[in-house]
Amino acid sequence: MNDGVVVKLVNLHKTYRTGEMEVHAVRGVSLEIRRGEFVALMGASGSGKSTLMNILGCLDRPTTGQYILDGADVSRLDRDQLADIRNRKFGFVFQNFNLLPRTSARENVELPLLYGRYRLTNAQLRKRADYAIASVGLDGREDHYTSQLSGGQQQRVAIARALINDPEVVLADEPTGNLDSRTSVEIMEIFQQLNARGITILMVTHEQDIASYAPRNVHMRDGIVRQDLAATQRLNRDRLQRLKTSPSEP
Amino acid sequence: MNVGSTFNVAFRSLRRNKMRSALTALGIIIGVAAVIAMVGIGNGAKAQVEAQIASLGQNVILVFSGSTTSSGIRTGWGGAGTLKIEDAEAIRREVPGVTAVSEEVWSNTQVAAGNQNWFTRIYGESADYFDIRQWPLAEGAPFTAQDVRSANKVCVIGQTTATEVYGNDNPIGQVLRVKKVPFTVSGVLTNKGLSTHGVDQDDIVVMPYTSAIKRIGGGTNLRNINVQVADAQQMIAAQQQIIELLRQRHNIRAGRDDDFTVRNQQEIADTATATTDVMTGLLGAIAGVSLLVGGIGIMNIMLVSVTERTREIGTRMAVGAHGRDILAQFLIEAISLSSAGGIIGIVVGITVANTIALTRHWPSRISATSIIAAFSISALVGIFFGFYPARKAARLDPIEALRYE
Repeated sequence: MNDGVVVKLVNLHKTYRTGEMEVHAVRGVSLEIRRGEFVALMGASGSGKSTLMNILGCLDRPTTGQYILDGADVSRLDRDQLADIRNRKFGFVFQNFNLLPRTSARENVELPLLYGRYRLTNAQLRKRADYAIASVGLDGREDHYTSQLSGGQQQRVAIARALINDPEVVLADEPTGNLDSRTSVEIMEIFQQLNARGITILMVTHEQDIASYAPRNVHMRDGIVRQDLAATQRLNRDRLQRLKTSPSEP
Repeated sequence: MNVGSTFNVAFRSLRRNKMRSALTALGIIIGVAAVIAMVGIGNGAKAQVEAQIASLGQNVILVFSGSTTSSGIRTGWGGAGTLKIEDAEAIRREVPGVTAVSEEVWSNTQVAAGNQNWFTRIYGESADYFDIRQWPLAEGAPFTAQDVRSANKVCVIGQTTATEVYGNDNPIGQVLRVKKVPFTVSGVLTNKGLSTHGVDQDDIVVMPYTSAIKRIGGGTNLRNINVQVADAQQMIAAQQQIIELLRQRHNIRAGRDDDFTVRNQQEIADTATATTDVMTGLLGAIAGVSLLVGGIGIMNIMLVSVTERTREIGTRMAVGAHGRDILAQFLIEAISLSSAGGIIGIVVGITVANTIALTRHWPSRISATSIIAAFSISALVGIFFGFYPARKAARLDPIEALRYE
């Protein structure tokens, strides 16, 4: 547990059965993510990255294989146990934000605390939510409703919600998918700041330039991991590619 | 997740949709208000009827003389003079359990005092009459058994007669001329109000039956005999014995019809309350239908709400809500709507019933039982109609719910 590995997947398979058809969405993924890493999970649609993300986020269970989270096997837990794991270990950031409509930023951020282990007073809820909102740079907008916030601000509220329970891992599923490029950069900067504070981040994206904010990129295709590159390796690879295409470079 | 948080979550959701919550509750408000008001009015009517019947006196058996048939025309009860004063004496003497008997004759007559006159009903009774009918005097004294024996010219008058004949003067000791025979008013009865048939019971003059027969005239036959029995258990036996005694005295052979009719006050009461019970039941049933419709309204809105909030449910599950948390949330939302509707409905129902009582003069009686029942039913409606949508929400798959558009 103290070897720093937060997420460990061992030969993970996920097979969906739709009628007669069997769909092998994930076919044998083994992966380790250490505490404090910032990983981008990449791949085209149908590559199995969303399925893998659902399993990593304990929203779904693998068909076979092992998922060791923080030293404990979570591959065979039931619905309620998975819900508790999600509450304690993960913070979720979604492409479409998934904030409650007609609800203040503060109440949205408080949401995971309501399903937590501890009964908090309204004052405690408020204090923690306001702190999380301030940490994503939205202080002063605690009472704004979802509809009164821009897309970038909504996503920041969602990040604050993801952070409120001090999660082991923040899972972000295409967090910039609904944002313009300038706002996307702001969001990625927030992720980098969080990562610098030691928070483990796992992000699904299909955009190369968004993935480049993450030091480690994992590429999936046809349900298996094709490439798992750290930033330095990526740099070398890019340089090599450029050398190949333009041999005149010194 | 603990109970307090679940309530918190449910109330926040209701507050987010104030208009929808209010309209959903409105269905229940109308349903509960209708039940409360209708049952209240029904019970009020029943209580009124019961009070009027109780005013006949307690444990009273009424013996009416029979009808005559003359040239094919039947006269109705009391038409034939089949009851004699001796019959009443015999009942008083021979039927066990009888505590009081009043021989009754009556006629409608003009009465006068000074320059005022009035058309009223004259009752001839025994001195027991006021006890049997539980009708105390407002002032003065009733006539006595001695007055009955001597056929003295004394009488007691009702409130209406008193005001109509004497106005604001005190009638006690004054002279009342009945068919030109001067009677002395010895007392005034208390107010008794309208009878079940809408007749003013206070428009009356009561005098010894002997005086009525001898001084006013009209034969020696009794219209009916009022008999009071010591307690309710003896009613049936006493009634039977009266029938046997009178058949024997009137020489009626076996197989022939009675020439008199015996009724007890309970039979009259049962008929009357059965009618009002049916009315109350009907009103309540109609109101109950509107409560049912209100419940279906809640289920409808909750189902729409579950579909509309699928992504919210997915989000809640993603951040750690158990299926039972979601179930509890939606169930509490439904129950809160129906209970709030129930409480408001009770207030509205009481207001409506009281308003009707004031403006239409229909008495209403709202019992604690009907309030508790209405509230419990409204809460149960919430549970019953909220459960299916809530379970549907709780069984959603978080992955699909999160992606729902």
